[in-house]
Amino acid sequence: MRPKLHAAMRRLCACILIATFAAALLASFIAPASYETQFREDPGAGPSAKFLLGTDELGRDRLSRLLYGSRVSLLLAPAAAALAICIGLSLGVMAGCFAGTPARFALGFTDLVASTPSLLLLLFARALLPLNVQPATSVTITFFLLGAVGWTSGVRVFAAAASNANNSDYIRQARALGCPTRRLVFVHIASALLPVAAAQFWVLVPLFLLAEANMGMLGLGVSEPLPSIGNLLAEIQLSPQLWLQPAVLAPAGLLLVVLVSLQGLLTKERAS
Amino acid sequence: MKCLRLLPIFLLFLSYEARSADGTAGLEPQLKLALRSDPKTFDPLLVDEEAGETIRYLTGGVLIRYNRATQKLEGELAESWKLSKDGRRVTFVLRPGLRFSDGTPFSVADVVATLRRMMDPAVHSPMGDSFRAAEGPAQVVVERPNQVAIQFPVAVAAVERLFDQIAITSTQSSNKERSVLGPFTVSEYVPGDHILLKRNPNYWRRDERGRSLPYLGSIRFDIQGNRDIELLRFRRGELHMIAGLDAAAFEQLKSERPGVALDGGPSYDNEMLWFNQVAKAPIPQYKKDWFASQVFRRALSGAINRTDIARLVYRGYARPAAGPFSEANRLWFNTKVKPHPYAPEQSLKQLQSAGFRMVGGKLHDSRNNPVEFSLITNSGNKARARIASLLQQDLAKVGVRLNIVPLDFPALIERISRTYEYETCLLGLVNIDPDPNGQMNVWLSSAANHQWNPRQKAPATPWEAEIDRLMRLQAASPSFDKRKASFDRVQEIIAEQVPFVYLVTKHVLSAADPKVKNVAPSSLLPQLLWNAHRLTIATESASR
Repeated sequence: MRPKLHAAMRRLCACILIATFAAALLASFIAPASYETQFREDPGAGPSAKFLLGTDELGRDRLSRLLYGSRVSLLLAPAAAALAICIGLSLGVMAGCFAGTPARFALGFTDLVASTPSLLLLLFARALLPLNVQPATSVTITFFLLGAVGWTSGVRVFAAAASNANNSDYIRQARALGCPTRRLVFVHIASALLPVAAAQFWVLVPLFLLAEANMGMLGLGVSEPLPSIGNLLAEIQLSPQLWLQPAVLAPAGLLLVVLVSLQGLLTKERAS
Repeated sequence: MKCLRLLPIFLLFLSYEARSADGTAGLEPQLKLALRSDPKTFDPLLVDEEAGETIRYLTGGVLIRYNRATQKLEGELAESWKLSKDGRRVTFVLRPGLRFSDGTPFSVADVVATLRRMMDPAVHSPMGDSFRAAEGPAQVVVERPNQVAIQFPVAVAAVERLFDQIAITSTQSSNKERSVLGPFTVSEYVPGDHILLKRNPNYWRRDERGRSLPYLGSIRFDIQGNRDIELLRFRRGELHMIAGLDAAAFEQLKSERPGVALDGGPSYDNEMLWFNQVAKAPIPQYKKDWFASQVFRRALSGAINRTDIARLVYRGYARPAAGPFSEANRLWFNTKVKPHPYAPEQSLKQLQSAGFRMVGGKLHDSRNNPVEFSLITNSGNKARARIASLLQQDLAKVGVRLNIVPLDFPALIERISRTYEYETCLLGLVNIDPDPNGQMNVWLSSAANHQWNPRQKAPATPWEAEIDRLMRLQAASPSFDKRKASFDRVQEIIAEQVPFVYLVTKHVLSAADPKVKNVAPSSLLPQLLWNAHRLTIATESASR
C-alpha cells in the first residue's frame, strides 16, 4: 500500500476508535434511554425515529444498550488483556532471562495454571462471591478473573523472545559495559518484547470479549440488566429470524469495526 | 417399443421414490420423530426417564389407561374394574382373547407375574414403592380365570392411576421385552442412532368402523439431543412432529407454515419464585423476618405484572398462574383461586401497613434496612433471565431492589437443597402427574422438595400444619369428592400464604406436519403420541 493511502487509512481507523470509545464513555449523556428501561408497549420494535436501532424483546432501546454495553466491554476487555499481559510478561522474562530456579519456577507455575481447568477456577471464584453484589462490581470482577487466568498462552512466547533478546549482541555488550540488571530488563529487553506483547494484547482482547459472553452461562458474566458486547452478542443466537431484525447484529458489527480498526493501527506499527 | 415396455417399471420406481421421500413408503405409513436421548432400559418395570416412558407408553399394554384428553381412566387390558368401598382392593376383569405381539396368549398369570415382579424389592422398580406400605406389600389374588384383585394393606388414594404405568409382560414369551400388548413393538434399536417401532399385528383395539389399530405401520425415532437440529429437520420435512417448542420457534414455524404450529393451551407447568424461609439459612435475620411475613410475600406478589411476563417473555403463549395446578387440570384445579392481580399501589399500602416505608424512592423496613435481596435462577435459560428482568423493574416500582444472580444448575441445586445460601429463587415446576398425590413431596412440611423450608421436623407455621393434615387426608381418602375438597382448601391456603409466588403457566406448544391426522397435543407425556394408535399419515392424493 502506498504510504499516503496507508496514513489516511490509519487516520480513519484512529477516528473510528476515538469516536467509538468516546461514545462508550459518554453513554450516560448521549444514550436516548437508560439501558434497563423497559418500553413494554414496544417489544421487538424495528428501527424508528424513537428507537434508532429498535428495541429488544423486553422493549429496551437497543442503541442505549449498545452504548452502555460498549462501555463495559471496550474498556474492561482491554484492561483484562493488559493484566494478562503484565502477568505473562513478568513470568516470561523470569523464564527467559534468569536460568535455573527462577526459570523452572516460572514455567512450572505457568504449566500448573494452564493445566488447571479455568472453568473450575471461575466456578470456585463465583462460589466465594456474595450474591448481593452490584452489577458493576460483578462485571469488574468478571474481567479481573479473565485477566487473572487468561495469561498462560503468552508466557512461552515471551520467554522465547526474552531469551533471544538476552542472548543478543547488544545486550551482551550492555552487560559487558556494566549496565545494571534492572536497566537491562526494564529498558533494553522490555523494548524488544513490546511488539510481541502488543500482538498478544490484540489477540486477547477479542478472546476476552467472547469469553465474557460464554461466562454468562455460568452466572459469572455480566448479569441482567447490565448490557455488555458479550451478552448482546448472545442475543443473536436466540433470534431465529435475523433477516427480520437486522439491528440485532449491531453489536457484532461494532465489534468487527473496532477490531478491524485496531488491526489497521497495528499494521502500521509493524510496517514502520 | 422396448422403451415403452420399460416405462411402467420406470413410473413404478418414481412413485416408490416419491412415497419414500414423504415417509409413507409402501402401504404402511411411517411416522418420524426425534427422541432426546436413548432409553436407559426397555424393561417396562424399570423405566424412570422420559425416553423410556415414551417407548413404554407406545409398546406396553396396561390394565387401565389415563386418557390425556378426557382426563378420565379407561379400561385397556381390563374390560372393567372395581374399587372396594374401603379403597383397599381393586378387582380387574380382563379382556378376553388378547394375544401378545409374538402370538402368545394373554392371561391372568401374566398380570400376577408382572405385579409380583414389580413389588419385589430386589427388582427396584420405581413403581414398586407405591405398592409397599409399612404394614407390608400389596397382595395379588386370582379370583377367577379372568379376574384378578390387588389387596392393599391400607387405603391408597387414586390407586387406579398407578396402573397407567404398569405394562404387563408375558410369562410365556422367550423375549419378554419385545413381546408386548401395546399398539407398537420395538423392531430395531441402534444405540445413539434410532429406534424403530413396528405395528403390533395382535393389538386388540379396533376403531369405530371395526378396522384394526394402529393405523401407522411404524414409528421411527431418531436419537437427537440437540433441539436446534430437531427443529431444523422438522422444517426440512425430515420429521413429522416436534413437541415442547419455545415461543420464538413456535412463532417462526407459525409464520413460515401456517397450520403446522399447534397451540395446545395451558400446560401443567408453572414458573414460580419463592422466598427462603429456612431458619438456619445463612442470611441476615432481618431478611428472614421479611420472608416469613405473609404481608410481605403477598404484597410483592401483587407488585408483579404477570400479564406482561406472559406477553413479553412467552409472546402471549402463557397466562398468569394462580396455583400449583393450572386450569388445564380440570379435575383438580380450584376455580375459586385466581392469580394475584397486578396492583403496585395496593402492594405499597400493604407494605406500609406492615411497617415498611419509602425513603427517597427506596423501600426500608421498620429498622431502616433497605429492602434489597438477590434472586437466583439457573443460567442459560433465556426465558427465566427475561422474567427476572421484568421482576426487577416491577419490584423497583415498590422500591425493592432485586439483584439477579444466574447460577449453573448444580450450584443452584446445592444452594436450595443443602446450604440454603440464597434469598429468593426463580424456577419452574414441571407437573408430570395430574393427581395431587404426585405433589406430596412438595407440600408436606417434612418433604425434601418443600422448597421454601424443606425437611421440617414439625411444621413451622400453623398453615403448614394445616396443609400437612389436608394432604394426608386426601391421600388416605378413597372418595374423590372428599379428596377434591381437601386439595381445594390446600390451593386456597397456598394462594393466601404465598409460599410460592406463581407467575405464569406456559402453553403446550408443538408442531405437526398437516399430513399427520388426529394429532391432539397434551401436556402430559408422551405429549404428541398419547393417541399414537389413532394417528395416521395422509397420502399425497388423499391430502389434496
